[in-house]
Amino acid sequence: MSDTRPESLSAAIPDRTIRHRVGGEDVVRLVLVAVFAAILYLFVLYPLIHVVWRSLLANDGAFVGLANYRRYFGTPAIAASIGNSLFVSLISMAITVVLAFVYAYGLTRTRMPCRGLFRVVAMLPLFAPSLVQALAFIYVFGNNGIVTRATGFNVGIYGPKGIVAAEVFYCFPHALLILVAALSATDARLYDAARTLGASPLKTFLTVTLPGVKFGLVSACFVVFTLVITDFGAPKAIGGKFSVMATEIYNQVSGQQNFTMGATVSVVLLIPAVLAFLVDRIVQRRQYALVTASSRPLTPRRRPAADWGCFAYCALIAGAIAGLYLAIAVYSLVVRWPYNFTPTLRHYTFATVGGYAPLANSVYVAALTALVGTGLAFGGAYVVEKCRTAWSGLLYLVSVLPVAIPGMVLGLAYIFAFNAPGSVLNALYGTLAILIVSNVVHYFTVGFLTATTALRQMDAEFENVSASLGVPFYRTFWRVTVPMALPSIVGISMYFFLNAMVTLSAVVFLVAPGTELAAVAVLLMDDAGDTAQAAAMSVCIIAIGLAVRLGYWALLRGVSRRTEAWRDPPESTLR
Amino acid sequence: MSAETGRPAAVALEGIAKKFGQFVALSGVSLAVSAGEFVCFLGPSGCGKTTLLRIIAGLERQNAGSVTMGGRDVSSLPPSRRNYGIVFQSYALFPNLTVARNVAYGLETRKVARAEIERRVDELLALVGLAAHRHKYPAQLSGGEQQRIALARALAPSPALLLLDEPLSALDARVRQSLRHEMRALQRRLGVTTIMVTHDQEEALAMADRIVVMNHGAVEQVGTPVEVYMRPRSPFVARFVGQMNFIEATAGERPGWARLGAVQMRHGAAEPLAAGTPLTLAIRPEEIVVGAATAGVENRLVTRIRAVQFLGPFTRLSLALPDGAPPLECDVAASAFAALGVAEGGELTLSLTPEALRVFSARV
Repeated sequence: MSDTRPESLSAAIPDRTIRHRVGGEDVVRLVLVAVFAAILYLFVLYPLIHVVWRSLLANDGAFVGLANYRRYFGTPAIAASIGNSLFVSLISMAITVVLAFVYAYGLTRTRMPCRGLFRVVAMLPLFAPSLVQALAFIYVFGNNGIVTRATGFNVGIYGPKGIVAAEVFYCFPHALLILVAALSATDARLYDAARTLGASPLKTFLTVTLPGVKFGLVSACFVVFTLVITDFGAPKAIGGKFSVMATEIYNQVSGQQNFTMGATVSVVLLIPAVLAFLVDRIVQRRQYALVTASSRPLTPRRRPAADWGCFAYCALIAGAIAGLYLAIAVYSLVVRWPYNFTPTLRHYTFATVGGYAPLANSVYVAALTALVGTGLAFGGAYVVEKCRTAWSGLLYLVSVLPVAIPGMVLGLAYIFAFNAPGSVLNALYGTLAILIVSNVVHYFTVGFLTATTALRQMDAEFENVSASLGVPFYRTFWRVTVPMALPSIVGISMYFFLNAMVTLSAVVFLVAPGTELAAVAVLLMDDAGDTAQAAAMSVCIIAIGLAVRLGYWALLRGVSRRTEAWRDPPESTLR
Repeated sequence: MSAETGRPAAVALEGIAKKFGQFVALSGVSLAVSAGEFVCFLGPSGCGKTTLLRIIAGLERQNAGSVTMGGRDVSSLPPSRRNYGIVFQSYALFPNLTVARNVAYGLETRKVARAEIERRVDELLALVGLAAHRHKYPAQLSGGEQQRIALARALAPSPALLLLDEPLSALDARVRQSLRHEMRALQRRLGVTTIMVTHDQEEALAMADRIVVMNHGAVEQVGTPVEVYMRPRSPFVARFVGQMNFIEATAGERPGWARLGAVQMRHGAAEPLAAGTPLTLAIRPEEIVVGAATAGVENRLVTRIRAVQFLGPFTRLSLALPDGAPPLECDVAASAFAALGVAEGGELTLSLTPEALRVFSARV
């Protein structure tokens, strides 16, 4: 056989494979693929198509081609938002990543005291809408801020300065999580080698540490850039007359009822978000595994100068974060900041927004987002990974797309798609259901990718073994796949819940009378001048977030205790 | 073999071809496996042996050819309707289920009474000698124990065919040897038709009734372990199964003789070739006779010992041939080597027993 030319051999074999008879299980598989594809089309692609289409129409519905874009770029007042957005995004990105890198270095590579406390405090901004950071800065540095009054010096916080400051705090934990992971995944043997070769600490840092985390740094940069350029809350609250693209969409749609211009700005905003997403994915694909089975984890050595230097630095940052949240709490608990510091609970009645209804709505929406989102993300990942069809690649692509869609754009797209008279989907509009759907889609990608990773870590032969034993795949899904992925599933649902509690951009267009959400209420009360009530509502959001996080922590401990019998084999019987 | 018994083969493959893109993984493989037989697919990685097993299992779909099991064409049946048990290299035990539930997994969907399932689980666990571990989780067992559980799980529904995909490769050498013996004994006892994929020739020789040696997507030779070892049909088989010395030579004037430089050598049975045709002689290291034992044996040569390698039970000598030909490897029992009283650099008389001297036409 070896002397037969491979090309002719290959040509002699037909390209089609012999088909298997379609059985009941295959039908179930195909139905699942079809359902998932339909959901993705209906709630991701279809609304996006609507936005793009609307940007090509005049307000009366006539097709005008690129006229809206010409008007957008030709009107200096609106076009300025593009430059402004890029400006604050790049500045915030640079500051956040540098600050978070040093912080992450302190947490992972030094033996400074209080590392656990610093880690927890740095996570606080995850529990608050982005606009809360902005409010805190106003309370401290605004015209009536406590620092402004104490020093008599007004830093001019309203505008780009305030946006950057608020965004840095808002994005800090996101960048930190990525960099801590990157700095933790290292091989101590590299450092031993550098030491034995006589490399100086600086040289070791430049030749071992930095190259090891370059993908983490790139990823952190893109995440922060995307978070800032798509953020609506902070620039809305503290931006003043400084308009960015996200607030421009809001102004066009809510202020001037100019939906086509809103759609036009949305499409333009999609470009940097999608670009950042694509470049990040290309860069991450080139990442190689730094940590292999034979790697030895790095245990930082005691270096007093570095340890205490990092301690001072981290204490400063953690202090600033804690200080901001303390300011919010105090603001909500005194009669009138900064004039009358008599304690009171009267701001917690939320008279202007109808009491606690928005908060209850938020919890309800977040809980259902967690439930539906987790089911869809895990089920979708399973369908893409385990029910291989010609469609799998496309389904994967559309599943990771939502992370590149700014919340404002998604919200506007849902208005166009689901507020169309005569459409069956119109029934969704103005309900809590549409808020749940938009949250699920907005945060879908991370849940989907987490589930995909969990599924890929499982033995690919599980399904084959089941098939050989005549056990249908869905039975193995329930009995093996789900129990094994339980920690990931719990993590995904927590991610959905916490984000649904704090998001503003994806829901601000979709709330209706009766379906107000807490984060939107903060915005409305702040707009109306009820700043103390806005602060009080923020405190409630953060408190619920923290409580839920704590609950999940207990749940995860319970899960790992129940599964430790089969998860952590005792050393002696490992082999 | 199936023709002798008159029964249809347990597994019959007819012209199985498979390609991935333009890469040909299998180019028309045909084979019949009799009921109760233990067959090994042996070959280097990438030779198509695993692909062939997965096609039999229905986990991979062939581009051409048919798979028949017990006379029933299963080519178009999904895996769940082919009635086999399979054991993978990774064990693929369900980590969240106990040993007993793993073994019972294939029984629980088959409307079998609870008590009957438990009885069958007990039976299988006793069979693989792990009854005491029934309530443990897979992670609490050793690799060898896990593989035995995987075997019990595959056998629980009493399949007509057992497929083993490199079942011992992930285990360390000592466990592998004992499990090899155990699995073979179990297979004999149950009489279940078994196909095993392996790249370990020693494993194939020790376990199989018949070995299917594969290379580049095609079958090189099918035969019993003794046939494959003693009478390799191609240089590839000769090299892959066991050790083999190759000596480049030309056909001599007399039939049955070859010329190696100035030396004439008689060799084993072969097709007659015109004098001067290049050919390759082959002999296994342990078949070379050395020292006093060469007295009166044909094909004697005096060589120089280039290197001595002590390998425990035997010593491997590297012997220089005249005319710059690659050195011959020769294995001598450790005690016999001591009796030779030679050392590196010394001269040694050897004899290439004509019956052991195989001939392959053309150069290798």
